[in-house]
Parts: sequence; C-alpha cells; structure tokens
Amino acid sequence: MSIWEYANPVKFMRLSGAVLPYAVAGAAICTIGGLVWGFLTPQDYKQGATVKIVFLHVPAAMMAINIWVMMLAASLIWLIRRHHVSALAARAAAPIGAVMTLIALATGAIWGQPMWGTWWEWDPRLTSFLILLLFYIGYMALWAAVEDPDSAADLTGVLCLVGSVFALLSRYAVLFWNQGLHQGASLSVAPGERMSAVYRYPLYLSMLGFFLLFLALLLIRTRTEVRRRRLAALQARETRA
Amino acid sequence: MLALLKRDLALATRAGGGFGLGVAFFLILCALVPFGVGPETSALRPIASGILWVGALLACLLSLDRIFALDHEDGSLDLLATAPLPLEGTVAIKALAHWITTGLPLIAAAPVFGLLLHLPAGAMPWLLASLLIGTPALSMLGAFGAAITVGLRRGGLLLSLLVLPLYIPTLIFGAEIVRRGAEGGSTATPMLFLAGITAGVLALVPFAAAAALRVNLR
Repeated sequence: MSIWEYANPVKFMRLSGAVLPYAVAGAAICTIGGLVWGFLTPQDYKQGATVKIVFLHVPAAMMAINIWVMMLAASLIWLIRRHHVSALAARAAAPIGAVMTLIALATGAIWGQPMWGTWWEWDPRLTSFLILLLFYIGYMALWAAVEDPDSAADLTGVLCLVGSVFALLSRYAVLFWNQGLHQGASLSVAPGERMSAVYRYPLYLSMLGFFLLFLALLLIRTRTEVRRRRLAALQARETRA
Repeated sequence: MLALLKRDLALATRAGGGFGLGVAFFLILCALVPFGVGPETSALRPIASGILWVGALLACLLSLDRIFALDHEDGSLDLLATAPLPLEGTVAIKALAHWITTGLPLIAAAPVFGLLLHLPAGAMPWLLASLLIGTPALSMLGAFGAAITVGLRRGGLLLSLLVLPLYIPTLIFGAEIVRRGAEGGSTATPMLFLAGITAGVLALVPFAAAAALRVNLR
C-alpha cells in the first residue's frame, strides 16, 4: 500500500468522492467564518476599515503561489511516473490559480487606492503577481490549443517546469529593477513584527478556508476531467464498433 | 553540425524576406515611437534604452515560428530527429542560426536606431554589449517556444504568449545596463546577471526544447 495507488483513477474517484463533501463543508464554514469574523474585528488605528481586505487579499495571494507549486509537483509526477490523474489535476488547478491571482491583484488595487493613493504601482510584488498571471494564462492557453491529451500533458508539463524557473527568476529580477511600496512578509513569526492576535486568528481561519476551497474546487474539477476522459474513451469505442 | 548551420543560414537568406525583416520591423517601431510620445529630445532620451530593448525583443519574436515550422511541414524535422546528431544539438544549432539571421543584424543596426531616439552617446557601447550578451538567450528561449508550438496550426499568437513572459528577466537586466550606462553609473552587476541568465539558458533550455520537440514528433 503506497500513495501511488491513488494514481489509479478508480481509487482516486472513490477516495475523492468520499473526501469531497467534507472539503466543501469545511471550505464553506472556514471561508465564511473567517471573512465574517474578520469583518467584525475592530478598525485599525491607521488604516481604518480598509484593513479588513487583508482577510481576502492574503489568503488569495498565498494560494496563487501555492497552486503553481502544486501544478509543478503534479507536472513532475506526470512526466516521471505517467499517472494520468496527476496531469488532469495540474490542468484542473490552473484556472483556480489564475482566479486566485486575479483576486489578489484586484483586492490589492482596491486596498492600495485609499492607502497608497494609487490603484497600481510598479512594485516588485505587484509586478511579479502580474507576471505569474501571464504564466497561468499561457499555461491554460497551451492546454486548450493541443488536441491530443497526452501530448498536451507533456508539453504543458515541460512549460510548467521552465515557467517555474523563470517565474522565480522574474520575482528576484524585479526586486533589482524597482523598489517597492508593498510591505515585507505579512505573517512574520518574530514577536515584534507580528500582527495583533485580533487580526491574526481570523486571518488563519480565512487562510485555512481558502486552502479547503481550493481543495474542494480541485477535486470537483479533477473528477470532471476524469469523467470527461472516460466519456471520450467510451465514444471512441462506440465509433470503432 | 556545421552542415546543418550552413543549410539553415542558406534557407534563411534565400527564402526571401526573412533576413532583413526583423531589422525593418525594428526600424518601423523606432519610427513610430516619436509619433506616439512627441519628437522632443527631452521626451525621447529617457525612454530610448527601454524602447530599443523592447523593440529588439519584438523583432526577435517575429521570426521565431520559422525556426521549426517549415522543417516540420516538409518532414525534414523527422529526418533531423533520427540523425546521429542529438536533438538537443539540433535545437542549439537552429537557435544559433536564428541568432545569426536576426540577432546580429539587430545589433548591427542598433546604434543607428539609438541615434534616431537620441540615446546618449555614452550609452551606445553599453547598448551594443547588452544586446550582444542578451540576444542569444532570446533566440534560445524562442526556440523552446517554437518547439512547443510546432505542431499547432495557429501557433503564432500562442507562441508570443508563451515566450514573452520568459523574456522578462533578460529585458530587465538588459535595459538596466543601458540605463545605467546612459547615466554613467556602474554596469557590472546587471551585466553579470544578464551573462548568467544567458549562460544558464544556453546550457539548459536545449534539453527542454528537445523534449518538447520529441513530444510533437511522436
């Protein structure tokens, strides 16, 4: 018994079907709970009510990066071990990641307008998120363009590997290019820089909620992809008979 | 390898249009910019280095789909894949041929276009040096993009969508060298970064491009 057994589509469908309701329920409870709790927090002495965007902005930004890392891992598993579920999961994750990146950019702009006095600034963090969005779009466009599913999985896998290197490279190259307005890490563990507990705990809950939301959406989309693949196989058999 | 290089160069020069097209595009771009931002030296000088680098990038992009598309159509790419030369070598040679036919003419023409855009004279050597170091990486990354999209019927637009984000680090450091050169600052750091990116790209990307080609030839 090893983790690779779940690469078998039948086993994956059984397990994911069992996990899915809990993931959906957990995502609903944690996301809504975190956002409502965050909404009820007191206003910041400097930023006023706008600080509450953080409960949407930070979890979305965190997931935007982590989903790309998950796609990288899934692409590697596909390229090395040829498990179809892995390739389909990478494909299913990309639009979720792109939307998370968009949410992070949009909420950042809405937050930046009252705080920095500008909707957009060519700040390293903002710029690297824009670049990340471009990589997501290119990745999805390549999936859509290639007809043969196995070739598409191979090509997008290679693109994901190369893209990861260049996304990382761009991340540090833009640091060189321009100095930023954006703060450093939002969730520092150093006691002096730590966010006050009033904001921190709802933020943790909201982050957990966004992670569960991603898990639920990913499972739903991957199951759809598996079913679509089965349907295509059935239709192919039908036409041959 | 030499034979392949010679063949690609001969094809590029004799097929017509391919050789000078990138430079002509570069010229049009540089001619359009003053219409957009105004002809004053004070308006053009600060953006000249950026325009020149972005122009070089786009001119390079223009001829990328030719790297593999024609050979894929007439089947010679399949022959190259079965030849004793490893596919990685083929990719590298084809990228080199692309660089010689588009990168070198661009570099040769760049000082003239720099004059058109009122680039300070002190920045001219830095423009040449940065293009000389940076454009091989552009050709190699372009070959990777071309390898990925070679089997697609409408790959051109997708190719630019895939390749342009990969050009960002090269563009940042390349334009930074010229900007610092224009201001008389130290250019050693961006120069080293740019050279590092080019060296890394030349060493590693042929493998990724060859892997993509093998998938497309399957």
